[in-house]
Amino acid sequence: MAPRLKLFAPLLIFALLALLLFRGLSLDPREMPSALIDKPLPEFELFSLGEQRMLTREDVTGQISLFNVWATWCVSCRVEHPYLQQLADAGVPIVGVNYKDEDAAALRWLQDLGNPYTVNIADRDGTLGLDLGVYGAPETYVVDADGVIRYRHVGVVDERVWRSILEPIVLELTAAEMN
Amino acid sequence: MIPELGHFALIIGLCLSLTLTVVPLWGAWRGNAAAMSIAPSLAIGVLVFVAISFACLTIAFLQDDFSVEVVANNSNSLLPAMYKFSAVWGNHEGSLLLWVLILAFWMSAVAIFSRELPLLMLSRVLAVMGAISVGFTSFSLFTSNPFARLLPGTPADGQDLNPLLQDPGLIIHPPLLYMGYVGFSVAFAFAIAALLGGRLDASWAKWSRPWTNVAWAFLTLGIMLGSWWAYYELGWGGWWFWDPVENASFLPWLAGTALIHSLAVTEKRGLFKSWTVLLAIFAFSLSLLGTFLVRSGVLTSVHAFATDPERGLFILIFLAIVVGGSLTLYAVKAPSVGSRVSFNWISRESLLLTNNVVFLAATLTVLFGTLFPLIMDALGQGKYSVGPPYFNLVFVPLMAVLMPFMGLGPVSRWKKDDAKRWRAELLLPAIVAVVCGITLPYFTADEYNVWVALALVLAFWLLLGMLRDLAFRTANAASRLQGLKRLTPSYWGMLIAHLGFAATVIGVVATSQYSVEHDLKMSPGDTDVVAGYSFTFNEVVPFRGPNFVADEARFTVHYQGEEIARLAPQKRRYLASGSIMTEAAIDDGLWRDLFVAMGEPVGDDGAWAIRLHYKPMVRWMWLGAIFISLGAFVTVADKRYRRAPSRVSAPTAQEDVHGAKA
Repeated sequence: MAPRLKLFAPLLIFALLALLLFRGLSLDPREMPSALIDKPLPEFELFSLGEQRMLTREDVTGQISLFNVWATWCVSCRVEHPYLQQLADAGVPIVGVNYKDEDAAALRWLQDLGNPYTVNIADRDGTLGLDLGVYGAPETYVVDADGVIRYRHVGVVDERVWRSILEPIVLELTAAEMN
Repeated sequence: MIPELGHFALIIGLCLSLTLTVVPLWGAWRGNAAAMSIAPSLAIGVLVFVAISFACLTIAFLQDDFSVEVVANNSNSLLPAMYKFSAVWGNHEGSLLLWVLILAFWMSAVAIFSRELPLLMLSRVLAVMGAISVGFTSFSLFTSNPFARLLPGTPADGQDLNPLLQDPGLIIHPPLLYMGYVGFSVAFAFAIAALLGGRLDASWAKWSRPWTNVAWAFLTLGIMLGSWWAYYELGWGGWWFWDPVENASFLPWLAGTALIHSLAVTEKRGLFKSWTVLLAIFAFSLSLLGTFLVRSGVLTSVHAFATDPERGLFILIFLAIVVGGSLTLYAVKAPSVGSRVSFNWISRESLLLTNNVVFLAATLTVLFGTLFPLIMDALGQGKYSVGPPYFNLVFVPLMAVLMPFMGLGPVSRWKKDDAKRWRAELLLPAIVAVVCGITLPYFTADEYNVWVALALVLAFWLLLGMLRDLAFRTANAASRLQGLKRLTPSYWGMLIAHLGFAATVIGVVATSQYSVEHDLKMSPGDTDVVAGYSFTFNEVVPFRGPNFVADEARFTVHYQGEEIARLAPQKRRYLASGSIMTEAAIDDGLWRDLFVAMGEPVGDDGAWAIRLHYKPMVRWMWLGAIFISLGAFVTVADKRYRRAPSRVSAPTAQEDVHGAKA
């Protein structure tokens, strides 16, 4: 009987895999842990990329800004980089979260491709990313002047995403601030 | 009217597939020859109606019928006709219809070319494929109807095809890939039919081998084209990203590679029977899993289709039925007693077993890396992403382990070989390979590179081992030429494919190690020297395409004082979607590619961020893949696959040693 039972092993493994995939269907990889929307940016104390000074939550908040999670190993970050540069040139403050990356490579990237970021948080071990619930780079958060996360976008930011999703949120926040 | 005709034809296709599943299986069960013998006609009927349906959708695209939802979402009146054609499968609904069409095509091919198969076997094979067709056709009809109309509310113009997909490479990439993916359904159907009949023998392996080789060859070509496309279209010179969608096509390829080698052992020696059946199930299951991953949205990817959990659930249920059902069948029916045929540890069997172990390990590690984010998410451990470092770390060493054995394989004998003989045969090739591999990098680059040396040693080892074997096989003939003529297509196919693999390895390593990249700011008139090639940025001119406007930069490239190329990369803005696309300009060559891509304008004085690449031997990678694929096609020409079954006998002792090989 034993050799026959052995033949059931592949079926068993597949059953486990199928369960996992079924669980996966009800999870949305693009979904933000809802707990974080409208909550303050998590506390952190990390180096500023390429500098010896530490950054904390208070250093990077105070105005409505985009938080962009990026890394040199991330293909899509290359794709969105030129558009971020355009946004930065248009005056949108973008804070970079350099996620699980090597400082040297990241600095070289900024030097070669241009630097759209007002400041870069060097999240070498991904601790801030973990607190934010980063799924994978790139991700972009809209954070208001009080340092509260208002929106999270997973994937590349391009003109379409900016015009249809992010810009309206930023404009709304600006209007609310004026009043 | 035409879309409705297409819809109707697809429904008829579903009904015919359903009949194809039920009637011949019933016939096979009751021994009713009439019921079994309708299977081939039904299979061809499915092809006819699915082809009509596909033609109708194509017409809707070519005629800009924006009342059809997929046309409105994926085409545009300004789109060039050839891309209107490829837009048919540049979206979820249409590509699914292409999938169904290609399945019907394979089904008909089996029906037509396998007339010499026993009726019982043929009817079962076609019925299993019919069942798969039922699954996919209903998936298309019930969750992703390509013929859904936008009435009322027909838009004046369409939203255009994603600009990334507006490329000649992408016209044939999906059909080739699907030919491969779906082609594994034939090996799968043969395996299931053999299990149903309880006859797992060498003839089963012989029948399914040519089909599997052809499917695998198509898959190889498809993956190669995808990589090539990424290289010149994504605009930064990368060629493989370990993206979930890429992995989805790579996983069946890895399992398929194990399968085609394992089939060789089963056909030649009657060994590994249960194992080969399991691999056939495994390879096709991974094709289905790939479909699930790409279309369900459980993983994020740069180029995922529009995803939808409802569709995901449908494929998952289908996956559970097909894979769960076939593994249950396997558990109940597969022979549990080991073969009585034995083999020595020093033999071709154990070398092919090594191949299987390596490729299975590669499949599982890539599968694990692909599913890891999902596993962690499901366990509530947070969201993770696995980058290329993981995949390179596990995959590259596995391939390096594989190659020494690959060199031994062709020279080795079945059943029992002698380590002394191996030493006598291969000592000289081994020494030459090591010496050539180690010295060559001294002459090709200023800085000695250990990885290139290692790759060269391994590649030379493959090449020289093969030459040694060729010399050995032709030694007894009256003349060398006669000896070469006597070699079978199977042998030539193996030779070509293995040499292709060596070329791919050299290309991958050389381009990874020796590439030079400059990302810099350049103004018209500037010159930059990359690896001895001087790139001069002359001017930027406006350019008007059919459905885009662009800035085109003009470059001239000089090498040792001579002008060797003019390159004109573009930065395009597509009118319908407003998307910005980088169109790289490449001067290609066997020994090096020169690659120029435009970044963004910098400042107001006409300067641009420019990316200049020197990529040595990058073509070798794709040329190698073409050879691998060509080799697999050549094996099918072997006469033994066309002999009537009655004339097939067990391999003779002579063939055992010198006959056609994997």
